[in-house]
This record gives sequence, C-alpha cells and structure tokens, in this order.
Amino acid sequence: MELLLQGLNSWLGQSLPEWLVTLIGMAIVITMLLLLPTVLFMLLVWLLRRGIARLADRFGPNRVGIGRFNRERTRQRFPLWGLMQSIADGVKMFTKEDITPSGSDRWLHRMAPIAAIVPTFLVFAVVPFGKQIVGVDLNVGVLYVVAASSIFTVVLLTAGFASNNKFSLLGAMRTAAQMISYEVPMVLALVVPVLFAGSLSLNRIVEAQGAWLGLRWFVLYFPLGPIAFIIYFIAALAEVNHTPFDLPEADSEIVAGYVTEYSGMKFALFFMGEFLNQFLICGLAVTMFLGGWQGPGVQLGGVLGYLFSVFWFFLKTFTLYFGLIWIRGTWPRLRVDQLMGFAWKRLVPAALGNLLLSGLAVVVFNLLKR
Amino acid sequence: MDQALMYIAFFALAGLTLLAALAVVALKNILHSALALVVTFIGVAGIYFLLEAPFLAVVQVLIYVGAITVLIIFAIMLTRRLMGSSLAQFTGKWWIAAPLALALFGMIGLVAYSTTWLLRPKEALPADAVAALGTELMTTYLLPFEIASILLLVALVGAIVVAWPMKDRVAVENELDAKVAEARRRAAGLDKVEDAAGAEKAEP
Repeated sequence: MELLLQGLNSWLGQSLPEWLVTLIGMAIVITMLLLLPTVLFMLLVWLLRRGIARLADRFGPNRVGIGRFNRERTRQRFPLWGLMQSIADGVKMFTKEDITPSGSDRWLHRMAPIAAIVPTFLVFAVVPFGKQIVGVDLNVGVLYVVAASSIFTVVLLTAGFASNNKFSLLGAMRTAAQMISYEVPMVLALVVPVLFAGSLSLNRIVEAQGAWLGLRWFVLYFPLGPIAFIIYFIAALAEVNHTPFDLPEADSEIVAGYVTEYSGMKFALFFMGEFLNQFLICGLAVTMFLGGWQGPGVQLGGVLGYLFSVFWFFLKTFTLYFGLIWIRGTWPRLRVDQLMGFAWKRLVPAALGNLLLSGLAVVVFNLLKR
Repeated sequence: MDQALMYIAFFALAGLTLLAALAVVALKNILHSALALVVTFIGVAGIYFLLEAPFLAVVQVLIYVGAITVLIIFAIMLTRRLMGSSLAQFTGKWWIAAPLALALFGMIGLVAYSTTWLLRPKEALPADAVAALGTELMTTYLLPFEIASILLLVALVGAIVVAWPMKDRVAVENELDAKVAEARRRAAGLDKVEDAAGAEKAEP
C-alpha cells in the first residue's frame, strides 16, 4: 500500500492533487483485494476437486479446458487439467433459480449470504502477501482477524433462523456452539507467536521470523512453537467447519446445516466464504508460525526480493491447503459430544499451559540477553 | 482535506449508529432488533477507529458483536415465546418509563456538557499504543484489572454450578434406567405372547 502510494506519487504527483492520488491508490488496492479472493476461490475449488479425486482414485474435473480435439473428435486427455471447470460452475451458479422458502424471513434470508462474505474480505485486507505487500498494516492485526471472523457467528445464526427450516436452525446452533468453543484455544494459541514477536501487527510478526535467511520460523521454537501451531491448526479447522469438524453441514445428518435453504448465487456466496476462510486459516498459520513471506532470496534487493516473498507466501499457504485437502479426503467426522469435550477439556488447558510456559520463556530469554 | 474526510466519515458513522439504535427500539421483531444492535456496535467501533483507538475498536467488535450479541440471539432463540411473535412498542406504563428515560438522558447530557473535552491529546500518542496499554494495565491499573478478572472467574464458576445439578441428574438417570428396564421387560413379555399366539395358530 505504502509502496504503491509512493510509486503513484512519483508518477502522478506533479499533475494531480495529493488527495486524488491517495484516492486512486485506495481504489486500486480495494479492487485488488476484491479480485484476488475471487480468482483464488475458483482455483481453490478446482484444486480441492482434483485433489479429492486423486485421493479417491478418480479423475475429477478434467474435461473443461482449452484443449484441442484429436483425430477421433474426442478431447485430449487433460486439456489444461480441467482448469476452466470453475468458470463453467460460475456460469451455472448465476443461471440457477434462486429460491426463497415460504415462511422465511425474506429480508434476513437475503442479507445473510452478503453479510457472510464481508468478514472474509475484511481479513484479506491485513494479510501480508509479501514484503511490504499488504492492504493495511494494522498494529492490532491479529486481534482484527479474530474479531472479523467472530462476526460470522452472528451471520450464520441469522441464516439458520431466517431459512425457517429445522435443519438450518440445528446446523446454525451447532456451528455457533462449535465456533465459540474453538475460538478460545485458537486465540490462546495465536498469542504465543505474538509473545515471541512482541507485536500484534501481522507484518511485524513476519519480520521477526527473518533471521537465518528467513528460516527462523516460530514453529521451530521447540517445543512451544510446534504445540501452539498444532493447537492453532486444529482449532482453526473447527472454526472454518472443515473435516473432521464439519458437523455444521454434516450432509448425512442435517442435510447441509445453515445453507440448506440457499440456492443459486446465495449458496455460491456461502460456498465462496467457506473456501476463502480455509485459505485464510492456512495463510494465517503461515504468517504466524511458518515465517510468512520470509524465505531464502527475500533478502535480495529490487524486484527479485518482492517476487521471492510472494512466491514463498503462496508456496507455504498452498502446501498447507493441500494438507487440508488430504484431511478432508481421509478423515471421518467427530460426534457433537466428542467435539465439545475435545475443545474444552483438551485444547483449552493445553493452550493455556503452553501460553504460560511461552510467557516464562520470553521473560527468561529477555533477561539472559541483558 | 483530511479534516473534511474525517467529518464525512464521522457523520456517516454517527448517522448509521443512531439509525441502527433507533431500529433496535422501533422494530417489532426482536431478532431484527438484536441484529440492528450489531450494526450499532459496528458503527461505534468505526468511530473508535476514527479516534485512532484501533485496539478499542477491534475489541468492541470482538466482545460486543462476537460474544454478547451471539448470547442475546441464543437467548431469543431458546425462548420459544419470543420467536415469531411481534412485540408491542407501547405498554400501559409508558408514563413511568418516559420520565425515567428523560432523566437518564438529561444526566448523560449534563455530564457531556460539563466535561472539558480534550480536542487533541496533551502529548503525542506512543508509537505502539497497544504495548503501552498492556504495560499500563499490568502496572498502574493492576488492581482493577485483577478485580475484573476475579469477577469474571466468579461468574464462570457460578454458571457451571448453576448448569450442573448433580443430584437431579442422578435422579433423572435412575428414572430413565428404570423406564428402559420396564420397556425391555414389556417387550420381552410381548415377544412371549406373540410366540404363544403363533404357536397356537401353527398347531392345528
């Protein structure tokens, strides 16, 4: 953002007033922050479908692509590996009938999907995608992310209620209980890297992991870092309703939970929010524990350093996302009572103990340094 | 220019907050009221952001939207009678409520009027305001901080005690066990009767 503003200033600074340059810069950043998740979403859906198919020994979507026909008038086997599938799906979503169930709260039913996607986009604004490539570098970044995702609980309760459907309401209640419970260990685990870095700003947390050629990640601070990372990852999986914590939309039990009565674009918005949230928990895990955009080559000056930083961030994040696909393809679902017990009796005490020890470790190290 | 932008943002946020607050009391569906309350909280958080208190703003959203409103919505959803029914905006006792509300408004207005407002802080904000806040909480304001946390702890323990009627639960479990045993006995008995009937039919 700062970088962009400087560039714009040197380019347009003479001919335009300063406030207009600022506005143009903001417009560019906002457009990018709206476009990036949308494009990412299409890629993530495709990746998930191909990945799951591979795990289940199937092909997955491999037809829709810019492929050539061979002599037998059949498509070549992998025309761009079916990359265009998401665009076809998008067209399908737009043309589907949009059903509002009778007896539903019309206004709330319409507002819920829109409100559901907003927190996700809000979080994208603070994620450091690369060296100095971040929408806003808030000095309360970590808290901001947690707060933005906590809005979602209200939204899904609304969606579940407005649908006027038993399954929707059940799903919403389950999700709310799950999200509130798992928010506690997640935040407690996130505090550990904050303690290590001594700052709540996501960017500064990444910068604090820059030693050893950008490989001194917080997850390597044995044993406190790995424990915090694992607790965060488990709790975050539950936060975004991913397998094995996908009870809110357990299709074999309650149809699709709070999205049961949504169709067409409204469903697509919920769907999009879900995928982007999964990407975001990976991105946040990378930022907090795996060094963010740090890595060998980032220290180089000029464009190369920036390119390396973006490359490392996305490489790490997509690697983690592949882990999610793996989990989704192989793990069974927890029961409701197991879910709650696990959060409150296992994760919270573990996270609290880890936090205490981390605080102690930071104090001791600071004393030793002096 | 900055000043103008600030004014625009402030009036937009203040208008949003006030409209939403009005909706909270005016809407007939109590769930809609609760959701309007969310908008009010977010508007207030926006004003905190404008006042360069991002920590307060974020905590406002986290606590009020993420926790308190969810609690309110849960309470509404779990009380059957409130769901779906529209609420009356006026009761017969408005003549008690109106003067009380007016008195409260007058009191707040008086306080707001008699306070000398600092238009800009005496000293510049510290570079890392959050860290400064944390240090202050842990040194100067340690006692209030600890008292608040003890209060929360007491509330937590109290909630667990209230939600955990041990004796009742044992009694209910015993009762259920007895019922299940009874049902089993009856089922076994029925099976015998049916067997007997089948045997009678089969014999001739």
